[in-house]
Amino acid sequence: MSDATLQNVPSGKSIRGKLSRDDIIMRGSMIVIGLYLLITMAFPLYAMLSKSFSTYKFDLAAYEVQVSDETGTNFSQPVTFADLNETLNVVAETDLSAGSDGRLGVTQFFPDFSFRSPVNYRLRNTSDTGRFLVGSTLNDATDWVELDSNTFRRVQLRPVEARGLDNFRTYFRTPALSNSIKNSVIIATVSTVITVFLAFWFAFALNRSCMRFKGFFRLVAMAPILVPSLLPGIALVYLFGNQGMLKELLFGATIYGPIGIIIGSVFFTFPHAFLIISTALSISDARLYEASVVLRGSPWRTFWTVTIPGARYGLVSAAFVVFNLVITDFGLPKVIGGQFNVLAVDIYKQVIGQQNFEMGAVVSVVLILPAIVAFTIDRLVQSKQVALLSARSVPYSPSPNARLDWTLFGFSSLVAVFIVGILAVCQFAALVKFWPYDLSFSLNNYQFDRMDGGGWGSYYNSIKLALLTAVIGTSVIFFGAYLVEKSNGFRTGRTLFQMFAMLPMAIPGMVLGLSYIFFFNNPSNPFYFIYGTMAILVVSTVTHFYTVSHLTATTALQQMDREFESVSASLKQPTLKLFSRVTVPVSMPAILDISIYLFVNAMTTVSAVVFLYSPKTSLASIAVLNMDDAGDIAPAAAMGMMIFYTNAAARILHLIASRGILQRTQAWRKR
Amino acid sequence: MKTNVESSYLKIENLWKFFGKFLALENISLEVKEGEFICFLGPSGCGKTTLLRAIAGLDLQSSGTTLQGGKDVSNLPPSERDFGIVFQSYALFPNLSIEKNIAYGLENTGRSKDEIKARVAELLELVGLPEQGKKYPAQLSGGQQQRIALARAIATNPGLLLLDEPLSALDAKVRVHLRHEIKELQRKLGVTTVMVTHDQEEALAMADRIVVMNHGVIEQVGTPTEIYREPSSLFVADFIGEMNQITATAGAGNKVRFGSAVMESAPHQFNEGDKIIAAIRPNDIIPHGDSAHSLGKDDRVETESNAIDVEVGEMEFLGSFWRCRLRHELFGNEDLIADFSINAVRRLELSEGSTMLIELPPTRLMAFAGSE
Amino acid sequence: MAPLKTKSMLGASMLALMSSVAFAETELTVYTAVEAEDLSRYAETFNASHPDITINWVRDSTGVITAKLLAERDNPQADVVWGLAATSLLLLKSEGMLEAYAPAGVENLDPKFVDGDNPPAWVGMDAWVASVCFNTVEAERLGLEAPTSWQDLTDEQYRGHVIMPNPASSGTGFLDVSSWLQIFGEEGGWAYMDALHENIARYTHSGSAPCKLAASGEIPIGVSFAFRGAKSKAAGAPLEIIVPSEGVGWDMEATAIVAGTDALEAAQTLVDFTVTQEANEMYNVGYAVVAYPGIAQPVEHFPENLLDAMIDNDFEFAANNRAAILEEWSSRYDGKSDPQ
Repeated sequence: MSDATLQNVPSGKSIRGKLSRDDIIMRGSMIVIGLYLLITMAFPLYAMLSKSFSTYKFDLAAYEVQVSDETGTNFSQPVTFADLNETLNVVAETDLSAGSDGRLGVTQFFPDFSFRSPVNYRLRNTSDTGRFLVGSTLNDATDWVELDSNTFRRVQLRPVEARGLDNFRTYFRTPALSNSIKNSVIIATVSTVITVFLAFWFAFALNRSCMRFKGFFRLVAMAPILVPSLLPGIALVYLFGNQGMLKELLFGATIYGPIGIIIGSVFFTFPHAFLIISTALSISDARLYEASVVLRGSPWRTFWTVTIPGARYGLVSAAFVVFNLVITDFGLPKVIGGQFNVLAVDIYKQVIGQQNFEMGAVVSVVLILPAIVAFTIDRLVQSKQVALLSARSVPYSPSPNARLDWTLFGFSSLVAVFIVGILAVCQFAALVKFWPYDLSFSLNNYQFDRMDGGGWGSYYNSIKLALLTAVIGTSVIFFGAYLVEKSNGFRTGRTLFQMFAMLPMAIPGMVLGLSYIFFFNNPSNPFYFIYGTMAILVVSTVTHFYTVSHLTATTALQQMDREFESVSASLKQPTLKLFSRVTVPVSMPAILDISIYLFVNAMTTVSAVVFLYSPKTSLASIAVLNMDDAGDIAPAAAMGMMIFYTNAAARILHLIASRGILQRTQAWRKR
Repeated sequence: MKTNVESSYLKIENLWKFFGKFLALENISLEVKEGEFICFLGPSGCGKTTLLRAIAGLDLQSSGTTLQGGKDVSNLPPSERDFGIVFQSYALFPNLSIEKNIAYGLENTGRSKDEIKARVAELLELVGLPEQGKKYPAQLSGGQQQRIALARAIATNPGLLLLDEPLSALDAKVRVHLRHEIKELQRKLGVTTVMVTHDQEEALAMADRIVVMNHGVIEQVGTPTEIYREPSSLFVADFIGEMNQITATAGAGNKVRFGSAVMESAPHQFNEGDKIIAAIRPNDIIPHGDSAHSLGKDDRVETESNAIDVEVGEMEFLGSFWRCRLRHELFGNEDLIADFSINAVRRLELSEGSTMLIELPPTRLMAFAGSE
Repeated sequence: MAPLKTKSMLGASMLALMSSVAFAETELTVYTAVEAEDLSRYAETFNASHPDITINWVRDSTGVITAKLLAERDNPQADVVWGLAATSLLLLKSEGMLEAYAPAGVENLDPKFVDGDNPPAWVGMDAWVASVCFNTVEAERLGLEAPTSWQDLTDEQYRGHVIMPNPASSGTGFLDVSSWLQIFGEEGGWAYMDALHENIARYTHSGSAPCKLAASGEIPIGVSFAFRGAKSKAAGAPLEIIVPSEGVGWDMEATAIVAGTDALEAAQTLVDFTVTQEANEMYNVGYAVVAYPGIAQPVEHFPENLLDAMIDNDFEFAANNRAAILEEWSSRYDGKSDPQ
């Protein structure tokens, strides 16, 4: 409020509204859910960022050493290694930075060192933080330790924690790491171009032609959403691996690398691109087509002047969504990437392979940047798309055109064969006894308990996670969206909340998972107790998939009459009664959509949970990853298909349930 | 229930409302008597809905006081005030039956199930939809839905009924019919009512008093006749009904000057020579016979100075009357618009191009400050 | 009097609950990298003699478990580590995370399998020996001779036909690399790996994957470990397990008590058990080489000369130089995108 104008107010007694009980409850709830987002996202990300600046350095001044003469009894004055290095210059400044498990041998500071000499050494830490090893025994006390030269040879200095940009410097100095940026961007770009191209024509065929079997094609196009992103990788091994059925098609190129990642990425991102573009195409205005026909525009001209401009926001949005999905995906490049390093896998390798958490955090920070850029552009474009949608009215209905219809039918069939083929290969592989030597069928590969990865237990865990995520996530997210949309005043709070709700989409799963380690796996954190439990998996999954669910809820709520709350207040009824008796029943279709979205994603997610599962809470999707990792590819395929069937069944149940609920609770929709 | 019928039931004092830097309501003071039907009338964006929402507590004012029934409710949330409200969108709960919609506010008020049932039946009867209780809102027409919304709003016998453009979403016929019914109902219940509308006809037909608003200020408060007959500003004059506006200068006393001609007008406060706008409603112009002859008894000019010969321009037949464009050099390039009854046109044999004598009755010729 | 009755019943059940807590078995959280299929057998054997101690397994691959333990340094969750690579335990030891303890009967073990300090920070169980898995069917199809030494693997005929684990993410991979550096010396070792790199099709993340991939014919030669090879061979894969003539690197699975455990007594009981002859016979089911001398029975499909081929492994060298070795390895071989 402007003070300048307020000064004009005469008897200016400014009104502060008294809060009703409802206002207090709603604000309180909003703060609680806001805190939830803060704790499950902002704080962990901060912890991760801070970790990326946490470095390890050898502090040569933290040690004192004394050297004896040949008798082994008369010791020199104590000197620090820093003093020694100043005169000898054996260790360069840059070599002093190290990883958490860095070690620095000490004999290099003594040019005439010989492990056979009778010279004795004394060594001590000058402060509590100093640490050195004798052999592999840690010594962090400040007392003098006397060692003969043969033992002194085994002394290793340990680095101490510091803060700085060293990790980033190391990252960009190490080609093995920084090359991944280029690799990731290339993979994501190529996959985006191919996927958007295929998805556009597929959506075009479904929306703008009169070809047959549209329902079937629509179903097939959505299938990849039901499987983890790494499943196509497994199918590709069977198709194009060294023992692959169609290996010859690659003409000697290897599937392990960019080719495999791109083909697999096209598979798993296809439904996302298809959905967005299909929506864009379905809302185009028939009047423009009529105008074009009246103006005698050729079909080709109509296509370029009407179709493409009408769908351009959809295309741009799809492109950024696909780009984001590919660049942040971890499962697929892990399975089929071979030696082709990408950012998401680097995080995994740094953390799991080398226990270098700091470098993992650095790669995360690097990965977050392109993801945020892609996300921001997508949001900007999406908001324009919405405006377009509300302005349009007359829907376009295509008229038959045999040549076009059959061409598009052929194209769509090829895409469908690709999608169904990938799934069929996985199912086939899962049933074959020992590819390629024993092609008889058996269920051996379903004996998950005999493999790494957590066995059938992990499958049940996944179902549990998916159900919990669906129930808890839907409740929290829908209620949160309701509070933001429908509460009075509290503008700053609502804006902040809205911002927090949008953020998770920009955070890659790997980054979220890793940041959870940093934040929750810390005994001084009051939420430490959820670490290693199912709870942290649920929390991370809900947070990871918060944004899309929140947007679905918000859209549904915005379609509801804005005055319900006012009416309810005027009738002196609690807002929560309105919420449960009107808002929830009326929004039931959206609520069901959110819950199935969360369920399916909880079943397939790998990236956010790969750092967070414990053996007791191992998941089916993780089992696919681990079994593949251990070389048990057929069981991995079998588990992947279990996920597929479960999700397919869930979708069917969801469909039946929605119909039932709609019939029961939404009788009012029918006239 | 209330102690003094004469005293005001709703009293608004020095109410200001800012949206950020935008001043939405400027120093509004207003009193509404018990049982009165008040309309807030004005173009969109004039602040009428903002004022209504401030009264309801839905959007609190920035400063100023609201007294309802003698009690200061200025900072109370809506749930602690005493009002029922009806919106343009009806805002009926779509998944609840008509009965449940009406009963919604009756629940948790200490009424038994049977009492609620009886009250709902009574209200359905009252709004003339006794058989529709089991249906859902979507199964009713717009007019029926709005009646249900009304029934829901008055179910708990609120002291104040607020209507936010309740008829705007309905088509013209239903609108006319329903406004009559609402007025009837209001009279029967005697509930103090504030209605927001941008439709002057609606306001004139329904309100006991009209509050004309523009740019966040009250232009005029008065009965429909006062507002229509004695608009206090050019804005009100123009907004309610139609008004000819002629550039003129003020003359001494109650006179206005068009070029060389001086006419008598309604009393005004302007000094001689002030630039003014002279205004007269098209249906206040009195037609007299052809200037050359046939001044019958009925056609006698009362104020000679205000009679003037004009040329009839375009004529437009609007069903119940003729709209005529009249020209005279005194009025410059602007045509004077006059609405003449079909009878008058027939009797005077008016046609495009003919000349006639008209009279601008001094009491109906008003002077307003010239714009700018 | 119904309410009172409920109350007293509640009290009784509370009492029962509390007493059952008091007499509850001790629970030990045991971190392990032992293959999943062996775990229940280990627990059963242990519980046969110690029914009062319940083991809660936390199992994962060596790298993950090590990472987990290091991450939990300031607030350890594990009571005991049973079956983790000695190199990993050395890492934990250097962080001061292990409780030194000489289990009863430790003197019976081969000293090579016991930490040099006294009391030892960890004790070994069984050895885990590098080997080459060679798919005879694929080799015949491709016309490859069976290699007999590490040097043979650099031969041009094997170009693109060898897979090995990435030492940065696999313990097996690291023991290969550290053994080559010990066998061939530092310079010779790197030169050898430069040559081998020319033949490597790809580096896998897991140590058992190369052998499984060889078993499935995805690649003819997988550098892995003998145990995995023997399992695949038993499953019917056309594999030959080759022990290179220069000698093979090895690591051992070992046991240690995590410092700060609140169930020290039970932890010691468990570690006591892990060095018994009975326990070692149990390890022998899968591992041909165990810490208790003289009891090992030959394991089916295991190469016979394995014990003699094990190099004299310097674990301290491996642990203390791990960071430097991996950095060097990554800069040499990981930077290349695809070996085509």
